[in-house]
Amino acid sequence: MFNFILRRIAVVIPTFLGITVLAFALIHMIPGDPVLVMVGERRLDPEFYRQAMQRLGLDQPLYMQYLHYLQKLVSGNLGESLVTHEPVMAEFLKLFPATVELSICAMLFAAVTGLAAGIVAANRRGTAVDHVVMGSALTGYSMPIFWWGLVLIMLFSVHLGWTPVSGRIDLEFDIPAVTGFMLIDTLLSGEEGAFASALSHLILPAIVLGTIPMAVIARMTRSSMLEVLREDYIRTARAKGLSPVRVVVVHALRNALVPVVTVIGLQVGTLLAGAVLTETIFSWPGIGKWLIDSISRRDYPVVQGGILLVATLIILVNLLVDILYGVINPRIRHAR
Amino acid sequence: MSLLEIKNLSVEFGSQDNPFRAVQDVNLSINRGEIVGIVGESGSGKSVTMLALMGLIEAPGRVTADQLVFDGQDLMTMSPAAKRHLVGKDVAMIFQDALTSLNPAYTVGFQLMETLRLHMGLSKSEAQKRALELLELVEIPAAKSRLSAYPHQLSGGMSQRVMIAMAIACNPKLLIADEPTTALDVTVQAQIMDLLVSLQKSQDMALILITHDLAVIAEVAHRVAVMYAGEIVETSPVPEIFYRPHHPYTQALLASIPEHSKGAERLATLPGVVPGQYDRPIGCLLSPRCPYANEKCRNEHPKLTQTHGSFVRCFTPLDEAGRPIV
Amino acid sequence: MTTPVQSANTAVAPEMAAASYSYPSPLAEFWASFRANRGASAALVFMAFMVIAALFAPWLAPHDPIEQHRDILLLSPAWTAQGQWSFLLGTDELGRDILSRLMHGARVSMTIGLVSVVLSLLPGIVLGLVSAFYPKAVGTAIMRAMDIMMALPSLLLAVAIVAVLGPGLTNTMIAIAVVSLPSYVRLTRASAMSELGRDYVIAARLAGAGKLRLMFNTVLPNCMAPVIVQATLGFSSAILDAAALGFLGLGAQPPLPEWGTMLASARDYIESAWWVVTMPGITILFNVVALNLMGDGLRDALDPKLKKLA
Repeated sequence: MFNFILRRIAVVIPTFLGITVLAFALIHMIPGDPVLVMVGERRLDPEFYRQAMQRLGLDQPLYMQYLHYLQKLVSGNLGESLVTHEPVMAEFLKLFPATVELSICAMLFAAVTGLAAGIVAANRRGTAVDHVVMGSALTGYSMPIFWWGLVLIMLFSVHLGWTPVSGRIDLEFDIPAVTGFMLIDTLLSGEEGAFASALSHLILPAIVLGTIPMAVIARMTRSSMLEVLREDYIRTARAKGLSPVRVVVVHALRNALVPVVTVIGLQVGTLLAGAVLTETIFSWPGIGKWLIDSISRRDYPVVQGGILLVATLIILVNLLVDILYGVINPRIRHAR
Repeated sequence: MSLLEIKNLSVEFGSQDNPFRAVQDVNLSINRGEIVGIVGESGSGKSVTMLALMGLIEAPGRVTADQLVFDGQDLMTMSPAAKRHLVGKDVAMIFQDALTSLNPAYTVGFQLMETLRLHMGLSKSEAQKRALELLELVEIPAAKSRLSAYPHQLSGGMSQRVMIAMAIACNPKLLIADEPTTALDVTVQAQIMDLLVSLQKSQDMALILITHDLAVIAEVAHRVAVMYAGEIVETSPVPEIFYRPHHPYTQALLASIPEHSKGAERLATLPGVVPGQYDRPIGCLLSPRCPYANEKCRNEHPKLTQTHGSFVRCFTPLDEAGRPIV
Repeated sequence: MTTPVQSANTAVAPEMAAASYSYPSPLAEFWASFRANRGASAALVFMAFMVIAALFAPWLAPHDPIEQHRDILLLSPAWTAQGQWSFLLGTDELGRDILSRLMHGARVSMTIGLVSVVLSLLPGIVLGLVSAFYPKAVGTAIMRAMDIMMALPSLLLAVAIVAVLGPGLTNTMIAIAVVSLPSYVRLTRASAMSELGRDYVIAARLAGAGKLRLMFNTVLPNCMAPVIVQATLGFSSAILDAAALGFLGLGAQPPLPEWGTMLASARDYIESAWWVVTMPGITILFNVVALNLMGDGLRDALDPKLKKLA
């Protein structure tokens, strides 16, 4: 098992290095003079210009600049925001929990509904239930989620008045950030109604963000389940006299889950991309909104650092999924 | 009273208005402690009959029977839950491809203990102890370490031994073995067969052996049923069937064994193929291929009738010399 | 029951005998299989309408898409109480006819889809073939580069590219072309690799076919089925990503009637004018659903083996 994990990590390292090159190149591909972009265009004093070049390391050859960049990365230094002058890493860490909280809730929603829908559809193959599930999955899979968010706001917030339109919690609450997860922090604060408020703020964004993963999981679960239900060992399980529920849940699901877990892992990328849109619609103060705001403010160090961090995150999650895959599927673990 | 009594069992697949009868009016009775062989070519309905008995025919398939009684209990009127209590405990089944018949996600121990805990109500440690005994009973070396092995770490023969251990876990009264050795190496085939027969004796269970291999039947079975296109065409006690087949199809089957054709240039074969869904003859199902078929055979469907201690579905059963009695 | 079947068989038999000498052309076979898929056929009809609307928008659209009817701002659709039949789907906050904007928007979306698919398909095929034919250094390098691009979700990478290049229609197309490149490379490479081991390729090699001929004449035609399917799905995700970029203000810029850009400005009217929000979104959704249905249908028709992977 340990060797298996080491092998997986070894595969990931070159990809990570490539991402750093990409992030490094990003800042150099911006049209125009980098110093003018970074410092602002007000002072064009030649002496100042030269100093800025030196301070930013731009007077050195490109590979030296990259090595310096790597060196700074290793020490966790991703540069400073041009707007707030805060370290990029600090801003990221401050906003990250909000995105994680939203993503986890979205994924929970997607996994629970997607798995259930897929299992039911597979066991009722060809019936109306199956057609409804597959039709909804196709629609969900094709959904422009930025519009879906607006529609849900229009329906549940504007017309029915059930949920708030934006933010993480009502303004009347002042919750100290302990974990950064609003659902947990509100519970810790003990303020009455705070948890309910946080939950009602979270529910629509989570559904919107979870829609595409849900559709993908439902499709994958169904087809994987159908495949497994045809296997010989399912016949064996039934021949043992096990109840239909036990046959599906214990014997079929475990094997059907193997490809589904991979798909769930791959959805993490979709989630973070979706977070950009969802957070913008719901004014959710997470890294997705942060990135988009920074782009419109031309805050390039934030864009560069943010992209790098998000990519790293995705690589790490995929690594985790790979390892998890080995845990569920003993054949993978023992291979090679 | 016999252990298993099947009267007019039929299995249909496909839509209601255009059904395909995979098994038609099968009659079979099995006594306690008896070994009965079922032979017939692929698609003749051997396995489907047994799957129907086990209640393993899935939704689009339909099972009908006038009587399906096991050990005094009527399987047709029994609730699914009550039937599940019987299946896997008193009637167990092993399959052709043992490697794919074991769940790849669980250890051998888990799969063995699952049956024990469900049907015998054993505690975890009791089940573990019994599972170990079972693995030793089916002569698996280093049984203890095999409990934590995954199916992909076992060979085909080893997997089949595990399947057998699972099947006999609750001391079944009837074990159905569906071509248990077909997927195995020749040397392993004999070992598994020996194991099955010795277990049959020591556990005092009845054994239904589905096979292509007439040599195996000759060696171990007490009685044999021959199936053709979903029907039983002949049931005979074992020594007789080999020197006096009553049905032309049985005769043809025996003639196709290489040992029976010593000195011949080619193996004897029956021309033609088993009828499918759309070309089922009106009369005897074998009539298009039967060398002795007459007008009656082509127009009327023969019933299973008793001749000399055998049951034969033929208008003109064969005599000692292998010629039809007209 | 058997009698009608048998008579049907005998009736068909002579024709079958005659027809057995001329097999249906692959195209006819494909078409019959595609037609049998009801969802895909309906999607094809829908897309045909969309293409017509896009091609002839200047003549079919009832109004100029950017003309502002200042006297009728936020007019509701024709079937509602205040609606007017000359503005079938109502008007937006600047008094522009929504239907006309959607029809012209179809031109924009189709152009984005077509251009970005072609821009990534062609280099994708070439890179895929090259990496399959030179699997050692070159192939590995290409695939590593693709892995890196795949590490970022496509929309995020597109956002990053537009962030560097600046917003606009052209840059949107470039960004989408870049982000969809890896899927074509990987697909082409995978199917080319599996074809390379086949006997007909070895035969062509022995007959002295050059590398280029082997690549494009021998192997490529046999790899096209999955690539065509991917191109259809790529078209739908191009439309979706372009709309997302437009919505974020990074894509096509107003007053260009792009569906996503239309939604961006519609956000302020979710409380007052539902049609301004609903119409562009439904248009995007229907187009993407139709293209995905067509992609599924194409896959089933082109390669029955791929069916179960759906």
